[in-house]
Amino acid sequence: MQICEEAKLIETNELSDGIFEMYIKTRVASYAKPGQFVMVYPKDSATLLPRPISICEVSDGELRLVYRVQGKGTKEFSLYKEGETVKILGPLGNGFPVEEGKGKRSILIGGGIGVPPILELAKALKGEDVTILAGYRNRDMFLDEDFKKQAPLEVATEDGSVGVKGNVMDVIRKKNLKCDVIFACGPMPMLRAIKKYAEENGVTAYISLEERMACGVGACLGCVCKTTHKDSHSHVNNARVCTEGPVFEASEVEI
Amino acid sequence: MNTSVKIAGVEFKNPVTTASGTFGSGMEYSQFVDLSRLGAVTTKGVALTPWQGNPTIRVTEVYGGMLNAIGLQNPGIDVFCERDIPFLKKYDTKIIVNVCGKTVEEYVGVVEKLSEQPVDMLEINVSCPNVKEGAIAFGQDAKALENITKEIKKAAKQPVIMKLSPNVTKIADMARAAEAAGADAISLINTITGMKIDINRKTFVLANKTGGMSGPAIKPVAVRMVYECAQAVKIPIIGMGGISCAEDAIEFILAGATMVAVGAANFTNPFATVEVIDGIEDYMKRQNVTDINELIGAVR
Repeated sequence: MQICEEAKLIETNELSDGIFEMYIKTRVASYAKPGQFVMVYPKDSATLLPRPISICEVSDGELRLVYRVQGKGTKEFSLYKEGETVKILGPLGNGFPVEEGKGKRSILIGGGIGVPPILELAKALKGEDVTILAGYRNRDMFLDEDFKKQAPLEVATEDGSVGVKGNVMDVIRKKNLKCDVIFACGPMPMLRAIKKYAEENGVTAYISLEERMACGVGACLGCVCKTTHKDSHSHVNNARVCTEGPVFEASEVEI
Repeated sequence: MNTSVKIAGVEFKNPVTTASGTFGSGMEYSQFVDLSRLGAVTTKGVALTPWQGNPTIRVTEVYGGMLNAIGLQNPGIDVFCERDIPFLKKYDTKIIVNVCGKTVEEYVGVVEKLSEQPVDMLEINVSCPNVKEGAIAFGQDAKALENITKEIKKAAKQPVIMKLSPNVTKIADMARAAEAAGADAISLINTITGMKIDINRKTFVLANKTGGMSGPAIKPVAVRMVYECAQAVKIPIIGMGGISCAEDAIEFILAGATMVAVGAANFTNPFATVEVIDGIEDYMKRQNVTDINELIGAVR
């Protein structure tokens, strides 16, 4: 069930430098799962396309969206005031296969602005054998306190100011973390490294991809990624990130 | 109040359809829009065999518009006939199938496969700027356009719409060539070739370097071209290019379009098509227009 409606902005805050959150009241919350996303429509008509934003947390009738101010659209979102309406479409995409993390050792990995969707996944896997691994630029972290309430948290920072200096893969090596399953969202170099690690270590990895989108519902074919199997829409090994994704098993995609 | 229009003997309940490539085959939008409200659904381009399309990045935003270089990814005509046409037949709307190809033979092959299918019209895409072979090569040269139109007309069982490119010196000449070769209608404009450069990475944003521009920013160009073609030919015109509301649609109709198509606006607002239809009716009430046909080409 996908809904396009005006949501109501309940609360908005700047979590760290350029990273904002908004809590919105919407019917979409009743259908949202970890790893899904919503399209948020800017009000400025010169900004034509909606912005795909991952779902950070789902609670009673509300969604928590955490995003980085990247361009004109997200800049506009960051200026919204409480009580304002925000047009959204969602929930979109397949989401993380939560069942695959039950009864197994999982590492949930978020890097940069790929960190937010890991929170709702961690909540869904609460009580399971889970380690959360988050990569940030520096000590200016976000959502780290929320993560600690769900599971043990390991941190990598590029400048080494907190946790392990380097990236999330450096943490796995240095701390000798072992797992059966990885769930990850983050920048492409990180996802490539996870795909390689998973192949070399016989681990199953589910990675959430990002791609430029126009429609968000599978009509425009803008956001495809190369797959090893025939995609369901065009049968040309080009799956739609917005519809068949954004989460793929790493061995199924060429990235 | 009459909002129905006729093109080549096909009657549409209202003059609003979708621009090819922005609406799939309607499936993805059917949860937001009752497809039976639409005058017609114009499908994403379909070729003889499955096409991979271009590498990503395929879409990017520009001021008041967007660029796309999808490269006509599609499942090919066989899957299309098995899956998409039966889906659309469940609705009370007309079906316009957009056809693409790399050679005249490929276009004709698709048209022949569609001849026994329950579709109402064919729109021939000779104007996609994002594929290297075929397509645009037939749409930028009047002789080539005339030739392919004739070949398609020989094979087609349904009325044929030739979709024109704006990336030409004189679009009226192309309209005349299509009409002379027997086209039943023309549609315009396809996207305007554009480019966006990422100044931080110092490279092109789109993997294809160039892409087709659509969205509100191109509307004045499209209205002008519809007007020029309306002055040049007698066959009906389906007008498109940046239509996002009823007022935009009415500009095209007054300039000479019998029907209009909503394209990139579907991305900005999934309800755009029905809002345009409702808005046209409101306009007709306000202006005391009893038949939409009175508005077609009313501005000279």
